[in-house]
Amino acid sequence: MARYVMEFERPLVELEEKLAELRKLDITADSELASETEELARTIELLRVEIYEHLTPWARVQISRHPDRPRLDDYLYTLFAEVIELHGDRAFDDDEAVFTGLATLGGRRVVVLGHRKGKDTKSNVKRNFGSPHPEGYRKATRVMRLAEKFGLPVVSFLDTAGAYPGVEDEDRGQGLAIAQSLALLSGLRVPVVVVGIGEGGSGGALAIGFGDRLIMLENAYYSVITPESCASILYKDAGQAEAVAPCLRMTAEDLVELGIADELVPEPLGGAQRDPDAVFPLVRASLDRALHDLAPIDLETLVSRRYQRLRGIGHVIESSGATK
Amino acid sequence: MSITDWFKAREERRYTKPGTAPHEVSRALDDIWIKCDECKRDVSEAELVENLRVCKYCGHHYQLTAPERIMLLSDEDSFTEIDADLQSGDPLGFVAAKTYVESLDAAREKSELPEAIITGLAAVGRHPVVLGAMDFRFIGASMGSVVGEKVTRAFELATEKRLPVVLVCASGGARMQEGMLSLMQMAKTAAAVRRHDEAGLAYVAVLTNPTYGGVTASFATLGDVLIAEPGAMIGFAGPVVIEHTIRQKLPKGFQTAESLLQHGLLDEVVQRRHLPERLGRYLDYLASPADRAAEGGAA
Repeated sequence: MARYVMEFERPLVELEEKLAELRKLDITADSELASETEELARTIELLRVEIYEHLTPWARVQISRHPDRPRLDDYLYTLFAEVIELHGDRAFDDDEAVFTGLATLGGRRVVVLGHRKGKDTKSNVKRNFGSPHPEGYRKATRVMRLAEKFGLPVVSFLDTAGAYPGVEDEDRGQGLAIAQSLALLSGLRVPVVVVGIGEGGSGGALAIGFGDRLIMLENAYYSVITPESCASILYKDAGQAEAVAPCLRMTAEDLVELGIADELVPEPLGGAQRDPDAVFPLVRASLDRALHDLAPIDLETLVSRRYQRLRGIGHVIESSGATK
Repeated sequence: MSITDWFKAREERRYTKPGTAPHEVSRALDDIWIKCDECKRDVSEAELVENLRVCKYCGHHYQLTAPERIMLLSDEDSFTEIDADLQSGDPLGFVAAKTYVESLDAAREKSELPEAIITGLAAVGRHPVVLGAMDFRFIGASMGSVVGEKVTRAFELATEKRLPVVLVCASGGARMQEGMLSLMQMAKTAAAVRRHDEAGLAYVAVLTNPTYGGVTASFATLGDVLIAEPGAMIGFAGPVVIEHTIRQKLPKGFQTAESLLQHGLLDEVVQRRHLPERLGRYLDYLASPADRAAEGGAA
């Protein structure tokens, strides 16, 4: 199977291919060729470190969309001892772009929500490439209420380019569905832990994307708008996405700096797709810690802290000169 | 001052030099003609002013500024602005195409407002309320930290004083120049609306042309009653984005207030000139039972 190559790693891949060609030759008899091969291997190692240790925001966006990146299903199968999926919004449809279910994490029963991308074209079509319809958010709000009723903490995984911009979605109240989810989540009387595992595209991510803790994988992004859409608006050219990506301050590191995310989970060099098994235990440990810390807090305090947490986000200048 | 007089005074200031004799002023307004965007007929500025910026031929509702909205909806001399001193900074040092600071300066100059929303205490149909109006001239009335903060404070004040909220919404969505700080204002405002709601207090949202994106997907659609002006375009995703995604022409009337009403997403479409009276009528019904009992009235 051909390897999926991201734009920024192309120079590296080209050299790697060249090296592979060289290695196929019989070089034992040709000392010049042997030293050239060795030299190339060294160059590749240096370039690898240079590219992957200084990933630009735009490179991270590409990693977040990598087809081999661990998706919600991978986390469901590896982190949880048991998963029971819950289906449907009880009104119109079962949106497969949003997963909802009951699950057990290290002996703790929780409710899991998440955007659900597919692994291949077929599953992606079924799941609308992880872009929810209003019914996805309505299913999520139904299950949030269930979580609240039975005192089950909510763990939510973010991985969407955004809510789906379709004609029927608008006619069925996409904006309203998101708004209602935000309002419910803001005062939900159970602990809510959010993990950004891939894409965090705007309101469609936020609808199930805030709570008492926000954990971000190193190469996951969370943004008010995708860099492509932002570039289309500002430059009338989606091709300027690379240039606007840093302006949006959308990387995990940015979010920790801005005080929006609490924690960054490091990924293997080059991204989680290189070694998913290295990532799962770290995510699991972060989740365990967050749920453990939140469990003893009484619900009044929990909800009031969540409100204060939201209340504190924003940059406002009052004429008294105070900036917050 | 009636709303019509106020409009007139404002238009006069706009089109005439100070010290112009009154008869010359009215002639000046009579002499300015525009072609209606919708029906293409010629309408004089004087007629538009008289008619609250609604085309007298086809009923097309032109956008109003936030001060015009406040004048239109609040009972005479009842409005006291709150949080007027809140201004946006440039938290991300945003530079793309032009700097955010330049956009803010241009918006302040154009609108003569500090930000994209005005909020305050007012009476609407003799009901004390917290009233807010957004102004599309200010960076498309996009929601950044200040809009989010002013909406949140408006709901908090209303909760504290046990008052209903009336918000006139218009917006292009979240303000991308403030990145995630803008996006999070959606959650923050929704949280404040929820607390007001849980206190049993009324919120009437008036959706005007255009209301989109992060504002539609947060406080704008969380009202107990949702009303819209005729022809207002309302949605989450913008028409251009949708057309680009589905690669088809959009159906006629898509995302108009009338279409939303048909799809069960609004309570009513109300002509601009009926709005003040209509809002008063809704507020007559939407008092919390606790407050009604405290007043001792059975009305």
